[in-house]
Amino acid sequence: MNNFTPFSALLGGIIIGLSVVFYFYSTGRLAGISGIFENAMSGTSKRLSNLAFLLGLVIGPLIYFNFIASTPVAFNITHSYLLIIPGGFLVGFGTRLGGGCTSGHGICGIGRLSVNSIIATGIFVAVGMVTVTILQQFGVYL
Amino acid sequence: MNDKSISLLCGIIFGIGLVISGMTNPEKVIGFLSIAHNWDASLIFVMGGAVITAGPFFYFFRNKEFSALGDKINLPAKQNIDKKLILGSSLFGVGWGLVGLCPGPAISALATFDPITVVFLLSMAAGVLVKKNTIK
Repeated sequence: MNNFTPFSALLGGIIIGLSVVFYFYSTGRLAGISGIFENAMSGTSKRLSNLAFLLGLVIGPLIYFNFIASTPVAFNITHSYLLIIPGGFLVGFGTRLGGGCTSGHGICGIGRLSVNSIIATGIFVAVGMVTVTILQQFGVYL
Repeated sequence: MNDKSISLLCGIIFGIGLVISGMTNPEKVIGFLSIAHNWDASLIFVMGGAVITAGPFFYFFRNKEFSALGDKINLPAKQNIDKKLILGSSLFGVGWGLVGLCPGPAISALATFDPITVVFLLSMAAGVLVKKNTIK
């Protein structure tokens, strides 16, 4: 296993978990980002709060990049529109149809022991693995 | 603090957690999804760390009716596992595998100022709106 980073992954996960708890305790809402994103775009209730959360998602990394990180943070993404455009569309459409994403189902849902969320998470992780494995057969992501 | 400032603060903390965890780097996510080739299991620790941290609090607060700010708490009701959950999660899995970004990291990735992240977000917004306007 190359690039295995369990400690930073665990630390980041704990920080995300604390944010989820503080958000739920304070506002009574679950920090599912796909739902927050939909509400920020077209919701009627608490729209500004949802926008504020999304703004925070951008400010947090800016703070980290500029004031906390001692070395540049890696960011490597495909620049193929053939992957980016359908990928973005399916992430938006699929998360709203399935009722949640990695945060809503994967963290909040599993944290609440929701059977639906455990199944949803199993599906999107498994399908994601199949997708990457198929792409690798075509020479993408080796 | 009001609802907006708490939401902003939680977003900031969440975003810092995402960057530290590695979730905002699509290459790292693809490494996790690459089960058959050089698998990088790190992201299990992200979800594990978040669930183990949040889970006990959700259990402790399970009967709370009102949030600290005084809003009524409406948690998602128990639902049957239906076609939407299965199909939606599958389509999300395909999109996640194509690029290596899920919604939270996709928004945080704007902080890199890479224009391709804007293209991804616009495509994601289109997917959300098409779903909202076609399927109840």
